[in-house]
Amino acid sequence: MTRFLIAAALAAGIALPASAEQMQLRIGTEGAYPPFNYFDSDNNLIGFDIDIAKALCAEMNAECEFITQDWDGIIPALMANKFDAIIASMSITAERDEVVDFSKKYYNTPPALAKAKDRDDLTTGTAEELDGMIIGAQSATTHANFAEQYYPDSELRRYGTPEEYKLDLANGRVDVVIDDIVVLSDWLASEDGACCEILVPLTPDPEINGAGAGIAVREGETELAEKFNAAIEAIRADGTYAEIQAKYFDFDVYGD
Amino acid sequence: MTDWLPSILAEHGDDLIDGFLITLQLVIISMLFGIVLGAIIARGRMSKNKAVAGLAWFYVALFRGTPLLAQLYLIYYGLGQFSGFWRDVGLWGFLRDPFNCAVLSFTLNTAAYQAEIFRGAVQALPKGQWEGGAALGMSRFMVFRKIVLPQATLYALRPWGNELILMIKGSAVASVVTVYDLLGETRLAYSDTFRFDVYFYAAGLYLILVETLRRVWNALEQRLTRHLRREDDNSAKNAAPGAGTAAAAQL
Amino acid sequence: MDDSLLGLLRFGPDGWGDELLAGLQITVALALATAPIGLVLGFILALARRSERAMARVPATIFTTVFKGLPELITLFIVYYGSSLALAWLLGLFFDEPIFEISSFVAGMVALGAVSASFASEVFMGALAGIPRGQLEAADALGLSRWARMRNVILPQVMRLALPGLGNLWLVLLKDTALVSVIALPDLLRRTFIAVGSTKEPFFFFTVAIVIYFTISMLSMAVFQLLEARYARGYSK
Repeated sequence: MTRFLIAAALAAGIALPASAEQMQLRIGTEGAYPPFNYFDSDNNLIGFDIDIAKALCAEMNAECEFITQDWDGIIPALMANKFDAIIASMSITAERDEVVDFSKKYYNTPPALAKAKDRDDLTTGTAEELDGMIIGAQSATTHANFAEQYYPDSELRRYGTPEEYKLDLANGRVDVVIDDIVVLSDWLASEDGACCEILVPLTPDPEINGAGAGIAVREGETELAEKFNAAIEAIRADGTYAEIQAKYFDFDVYGD
Repeated sequence: MTDWLPSILAEHGDDLIDGFLITLQLVIISMLFGIVLGAIIARGRMSKNKAVAGLAWFYVALFRGTPLLAQLYLIYYGLGQFSGFWRDVGLWGFLRDPFNCAVLSFTLNTAAYQAEIFRGAVQALPKGQWEGGAALGMSRFMVFRKIVLPQATLYALRPWGNELILMIKGSAVASVVTVYDLLGETRLAYSDTFRFDVYFYAAGLYLILVETLRRVWNALEQRLTRHLRREDDNSAKNAAPGAGTAAAAQL
Repeated sequence: MDDSLLGLLRFGPDGWGDELLAGLQITVALALATAPIGLVLGFILALARRSERAMARVPATIFTTVFKGLPELITLFIVYYGSSLALAWLLGLFFDEPIFEISSFVAGMVALGAVSASFASEVFMGALAGIPRGQLEAADALGLSRWARMRNVILPQVMRLALPGLGNLWLVLLKDTALVSVIALPDLLRRTFIAVGSTKEPFFFFTVAIVIYFTISMLSMAVFQLLEARYARGYSK
């Protein structure tokens, strides 16, 4: 019995390494962060992150498979080998760099605060104005850290997904929410977001918000990270990036 | 002092303690309100009025037959949907706070279990007790207060202790609606540091709490029901949670 | 207004009815998959805890104490995240590629199975204690092997005595599956949550979810009452 198991395991081990031609990549993403990665009503995974990922995979001649994972557990899942790379609008920060390796950025957009439309008392979004108020953010994000640092006198509530803080902004449990300006604008432009509006865009702090969104790979997989870097440069050079960007935004998200 | 502590405890130890205290508050407040509400519903269950008894039965069936997490979501997000209405009637101040929503949800939930525990305890009492009191010329209320209640309380001790432990375990779902109880702080510490051991420390804290409670409860029950048992009967000594709930669970 | 609300439950691309149904299937599947684990492991644990050998009794007692005392949610997290890490580390020692991984469903089965088994061991211990000694002595007098004694004498009586407690544990298991929604298993509650996020009708959808859970609870209770009546047949107290 033991011998059979060992043989089976060895056979499985031998069968797995990918063919020399095509790389097999499993891409981890969240699927709850429109317009970057989310599910449409037909349960298809779409978004800017997804299109960029597909373009990069094509560029790297890799066969890519997408695996969705809750944001809270996405880095642990990468570390546990559930997938090979995270393409989910994950900001490159020093803190995260300690446990994973990053590619160079593939976009960089600043954060912003959003509030309910009827909150005329909120005009500037400064720490003084929000003193004693409640800020909602997605947990384990740079935006939550930003709020913690720059709004120490406000109460921070961390939610599992943006959908949850949107519900609580609409019903008034939180006074403002903080997230990527693109994510917020996209929501506010839709029927869903009719309740609310942008209060004020924020100036990112590079130490907290990082150097933009990058692709995370397991620590030590620098070769894979380099492959992604080369692919990012390639799609920026040949116009694929601009094409994808135009589909979603009418402004430049790459930043400088 | 912090030299010999594992680094994650040194950094996040007091957060975990804060979370632990929130868990305690959640459980104690919910239990207290739950007993009161549970007593009322138990009374309803035992009522001769069919409508009242039916309503009480439905309450118990509903809150015991559906997941606590779903009930919590319904109260937190579901009631939150009508925040405008709550504002108008002045209740939004209460419902706005996640802690309050959790307490409300846990209270409603535990009241259903409490009602069954009361009902079981009161009905376990021999009819003779009621009759004896009536024979002495006491009103039904007096009989209840002076004769039935003290004895029923003893019968209810074991299942009540179980329910307390179940409440501690159930309270962990509060972390899902932004209440920073012990589990909430643990998840936060984990996503900040990616150090998995923090879950083990939190688990340890929960186990210490539950085991301490269980032993204290057993000792209490052992002592208070001394007069009901034979000298050599030690059956209550090593009782574990869950043993009594089979009976208490029958609707 | 009510028209469009109920319409949200339609089946097909417009309505969420089919999503919720798919979620319900996973909920029931998880409970059905976990129940046998709880039953079998629970019985074994009960035997171990009643055993005179400390080698069997002590680990079993520790196991049940831990899983009865910990909140199911934290057990779930530890099994889900912990086993992934442990497995990855373990496999990383031998292979470069992952052979298999722990899905939310499997994590749910393991975590809830351990908890169920721990509580089931309580029920079985009570049931085993309820079998009169005379039964065991008679079985020995008849020369039955230990296995035959277990099969023909002990198990049938244990089932009768344990049924009420086990029925209760099934109901608890059904409710506990809702916790697995927190680690992204697409069960009923998770789908409800997604529908809420999309439609912004939390009160409606969570009420629907509660109605569905209530219904399957009531159905389960009816089934168990039938089973209890059947097992009690031919046995007078």
